Amino acid sequence: MDFFRTHILTIVAFWPVAGMLVLLFMNKENKSLIRWWANLVVISGFLISLPLWFWFDFENSDQMQFVVKAPWIQSLGVEYHVGIDGISLLLLLLTTLMGPLAVLSSWEAIDTRVKEYYAFMLMLQTGMLGVFISLDFFMFYVFWEVMLVPMYFLIGVWGGPRKLYAAIKFFLYTLVGSVLLLLGILALYFTYPNIAAQNPAIAAQFGTEPTFNVLAFHAIAPFLTATFQWWVFLAFFVGFAIKVPMFPFHTWLPDAHVEAPTAGSVILAAVLLKMGTYGFLRFSLPILPEGSKAFVPMMITLSIIAIIYGALVAMMQPDMKKLVAYSSVSHMGFVMLGMFALNPNGLNGSIIQQINHGISTGALFLIVGIIYDRRHTREIAQLGGLSNRMPVYATVFLIMTMSSIGLPLLNGFIGEFTIMMGALQENLWWAIAGGSGIVLGAAYMLWLYQRTMFGKLDNPANQNLPDMNWRELATLIPLIAMAFWIGLYPAPFFRALDKPVIKLVEKVRPGYLQGPQLNATAPQGAPVEAAGAAPDGAGETR
Amino acid sequence: MEQFFKLQDLGAIAPEIYLLLFGMILLIFDLLVKDKRVLGLIALAGIGMSGAFLFNLHGVDVEAYGGLLKVDQFAWFFKLIFLIAAALSIAISMRYLDIEREHHGEYYALILLAAMGMMFMAGAADLVTLYIGLETMAIGTYVLVGFLRSNQRSNEAALKYFLLGAFSSAILLYGMSLLYGVAGSTRFADIADALSRRPVDDPISLTALITLSAGMFFKIAAVPFHQWTPDAYEGAPTSITAFMSVAVKAASFAMLVRVFMGAIYPLRPEWTAILAAVSVLTMTIGNIAAITQSNIKRLLAYSSISHAGYVLIGLIAGNDTGMIAIPMYLLIYTFTNLGAWAIVVALRKRDVIGEHIDEMNGLFFRHPVAAILMLIFLLSLAGIPPTAGFIAKYFLFAAAIETGHNVLAVIAVLNAAVSLYFYLRIVVAMFMRDATEKTGLVLSPGVVTAMAVAFIFTMWIGLYPDPFIAMARQAVIVAY
Repeated sequence: MDFFRTHILTIVAFWPVAGMLVLLFMNKENKSLIRWWANLVVISGFLISLPLWFWFDFENSDQMQFVVKAPWIQSLGVEYHVGIDGISLLLLLLTTLMGPLAVLSSWEAIDTRVKEYYAFMLMLQTGMLGVFISLDFFMFYVFWEVMLVPMYFLIGVWGGPRKLYAAIKFFLYTLVGSVLLLLGILALYFTYPNIAAQNPAIAAQFGTEPTFNVLAFHAIAPFLTATFQWWVFLAFFVGFAIKVPMFPFHTWLPDAHVEAPTAGSVILAAVLLKMGTYGFLRFSLPILPEGSKAFVPMMITLSIIAIIYGALVAMMQPDMKKLVAYSSVSHMGFVMLGMFALNPNGLNGSIIQQINHGISTGALFLIVGIIYDRRHTREIAQLGGLSNRMPVYATVFLIMTMSSIGLPLLNGFIGEFTIMMGALQENLWWAIAGGSGIVLGAAYMLWLYQRTMFGKLDNPANQNLPDMNWRELATLIPLIAMAFWIGLYPAPFFRALDKPVIKLVEKVRPGYLQGPQLNATAPQGAPVEAAGAAPDGAGETR
Repeated sequence: MEQFFKLQDLGAIAPEIYLLLFGMILLIFDLLVKDKRVLGLIALAGIGMSGAFLFNLHGVDVEAYGGLLKVDQFAWFFKLIFLIAAALSIAISMRYLDIEREHHGEYYALILLAAMGMMFMAGAADLVTLYIGLETMAIGTYVLVGFLRSNQRSNEAALKYFLLGAFSSAILLYGMSLLYGVAGSTRFADIADALSRRPVDDPISLTALITLSAGMFFKIAAVPFHQWTPDAYEGAPTSITAFMSVAVKAASFAMLVRVFMGAIYPLRPEWTAILAAVSVLTMTIGNIAAITQSNIKRLLAYSSISHAGYVLIGLIAGNDTGMIAIPMYLLIYTFTNLGAWAIVVALRKRDVIGEHIDEMNGLFFRHPVAAILMLIFLLSLAGIPPTAGFIAKYFLFAAAIETGHNVLAVIAVLNAAVSLYFYLRIVVAMFMRDATEKTGLVLSPGVVTAMAVAFIFTMWIGLYPDPFIAMARQAVIVAY
C-alpha cells in the first residue's frame, strides 16, 4: 500500500499502456474479449486514480504532491519527475474519467480492426496522463508528442470520409507547434545555469547544471530578461495555442472533430485541448510572467475573436458534429479570456471552465455519436422531432445543452460566471464581448436542440429509432452527475484550485493581491466564496 | 624528423588491416565457393574481427605514421558506425542478390574495402591520407552502384555517380592543392597554422575554401550539389543504396568535420556562413522534393539529402553539443535508416520490384510486425519521441539554440515538421489502404536480424541514450 501511495501517479499513468501490452497478445478475432479487456483496463484505471482525490492534501494544494523523482538521462539532466498540484489533480481526474467513457462508447461503433483501435486508445490515455503529471520539461515534451501518434491513427483509420486529410492536418499542425515549443524549452534549459550561477539560493535547491526541472524554471522566472521572456513566450504560444486551439490556429479542429470517430472526438475535446491550456497555466504564466503580461492584449483579442467567431460559425453549421466542434472553439476562447485576465477569479473560472468544457462537450460529442450510430448522418436537416421517439435521449441532450450554454444549477454557469467576474475586474469591454458570446452560445445550442428534437417527426428514416440503451446511458450518467455536482456544489473544486491560482497570480503580478484596488472588490480567497455562493443565489431566483 | 613508420603503427590500423585481409580472402574464395551466401558470412566474420580489434583500440589516442593518421575517439566512433553499417548492409544483401540474380563474391569484398577507405577518411590528419581514403571508398561504391549488370537503371546510375564523383573529386583536389600552396605541407595542423597567419579575406584562402567545400558538398549530397543522389540511390541495388545512405554519408561527414574543424578552422567565420546557407537549402529542398516522390527509394534519397542538412547544423554550432550531435545523429541515422531500407529490401521479390509507394499498400494486413517496425523507423526519421531520431534531432536543435543560431533552429524544426508529411504517406499506405499486393515479404534470416538490430537500437537510444551520449562525448574532437 505504501508503494502504491508513493508511486500512485506512475501507476495511474502507465496502467493503460500496461493493459495495452497485454492486449497485444490477444487474438484479434476475439473482439468481445478485447472490448471487455480494454474497458476493464480504463475503468480500473479510473478507480485507481480515485485515491488521489482523497489522499491529496488540499491545504497545500499549491505544492507538488505525490512527487517521484528518478534520474533518467543523466548526461542531459533529464529526470523522471512527476507530481501534481491542485490544477493538475483536476485535469488528471478529468482524463481518467473521460477515458473509460470514450472507450465504453466505442463498444458497438467500432467493429473493424478492433484490436488496434483499443491499443491506440490505451496508448493515448497514457500519453495524456503523462502530460499532466510531468514536472520535467523533457518528459512533458515526450508525452506531448507521443500522444500525437495514436490520435493520428484513431482519426486516420476509423474516421469519416475525409479522414486522411483531417488526420494529417491534425498531426502536422500540432507538430509545428510542438517543435517550436521545444526550441523555447531549450532556450530555458541553456539559460538556467547562467542564472543559477548568480543566485546561490536557486543553485542550492536545483543545482547549477542545465536542467529541465519545471520547478527550477519557476524559480528563475524573476531573473529572466523581458526580451528573452518575450521570445520564449512566443515559442510556447505557438505550441500551446495550436493545441487549445486559439484563433487563428483553430482550423485543424473542425476537420479533426468531424472526421474522428466519436470516442476520438470525445477525447480530443475533453482532454487534448486542455493540454494546451494546461501548458499556458503550468509553463507560460509562471515561467514567463513578463512575457505573459506583454502579450495580454494579443491573447485577449484572440480569445474574444474566438468566442464570437466560433459562435457565429457554429450557428451556421448544417452538421451537428461540426457545430459542436465550433462551439468548442468558442468555449476555449472563454477559457483563454479568463486565464489572461490574470486575476484569481479569471484563473479559477478558466480552470473550472476547462473541466466543464470537458464534461459538456465530451457529452455532446457522445450524444451526437449516438444519433450517428443510428442514422449514419449528422445533418441537422435530416433530423427533427426526435424527442417523440427518444425521450430519454432528448432529456440527456437537454441537460447537456443547458450545461453548455451556462444555465444556473449546472456546471457551465459556474465557469462562465467566474470568468466574467475576472474579466469585469480588468476591463468592462472584455466582459461585454464575453457576454455576447454567452448569448450567441445559447442561440446556436437552443436552435440546434429545437431543430433536432422538437417539431414533427416527419422523416420516415427517423420513425423507428430506438432510444438509448443501458450502455449509452452509462457513458452519459457520470457526466450528468458531474455537471450537477459542479453546478450545485463547486466548493471542493475551488478548494483544489484556490491556492495554486493565488500562487500563480502572485508570480505573474507581484503585489496584485495586496494592492488597494483589490481589497475593495475581492479579498483573498474570495473566488471560493463568490463562486460557491453563486449557484445558491441563482437557485433562489428560479 | 621522427621515424616515419613504427611497428606499433600496425596495431593502430588493425581494424583496417583486417578489412583488407578479408576483402582479399573473399576475392579468392569467390573462385572456390559455389554457394555465395557463404561469402556473405565470411564478410561478416571479417567485420567481426575488425570490430574486435576496434574495441581493443577504445580509449586509445595516438598519431600514427608520423602524423598522417589519427587514431582517436572521433575516428573510433565513426569506424564503429562504418562497421555497423557494413554488417547490416551485408545482412540484408544475401537473399536480395539471389533475387536480383547477381550474387558474386566481389560484392562483399567491395563493401569491406570501401569500409576500409572510410576508416582512413575518419582518421585522416593529412590531405593525402584523406584523399586516398576517399577514393578507395568512392571507387568501391561506383562499382557497387552498377552491380546489377543487366539492369539499365543500375548502369545509368553508376555512370552518373562515377562522372559526378570524379568531377567533384577534381574540384576537391583543386582546393587541396591551393591549401598545399598556402601551407607548403599537407598536414592539417600545418595548414591551419599557415591559414591563421594569412590576412583576413585572403583571396587564395577563400578560393581554397570554396573549392574544397564544393567538393565536399558533392560527397555529402548537399544542395546545390545533390542532383546525383536520387538517380544513384534509385538505380543502385537497394542494399547498396542503404549502405551509401548511411556509411558513405557518415564517412563524408567525418571528412567534413576533420577538415573544417582541423585544417581550415581559421576560416571558421567564412565557412559558417557558407554552411548555414547550404544547410538551410539542403533541409528545405530535400524535404520539398521528397513530398512529391512516389518511388520509395527516391523518397528516402531526398529524405537523406535533408538529413545531411540537419547534420550541418552541428558543424555550424561548432561547440561541444554540436560535436556530440554529429556522431550521435549519424549513429542513430545508421540504425534507423538501415531498418527502413531493410523493409524496402524485403519487399523485393522476383517478380515484384517493391519500390513504388503503392506496393506498401496494406502492408499492415500482410505483415503487421514489419509494418509496425517501419512505422517506428519512419517516426524516428521524422524525430518523434520516444524513438532515437528525437534524441538525434534534440542534440542538433540544442546546439543551434545554445550558440544563438535561433533562426537556423526555427527553420530546422519547421523542416522536421514538413518531413513528417512524406513519411506519413508511407504510413498511410501501410496502415490505411487496402492491400493490392497479396504476397508476403521476403524475410531472410539476414533481413530479420537487421530489422531486429535496427529496432532494438532505435528504441534503446530513444529511451535510454546515456551510454551512447557518453561514447559520443568522448568522440568530441578539440578544434584546432
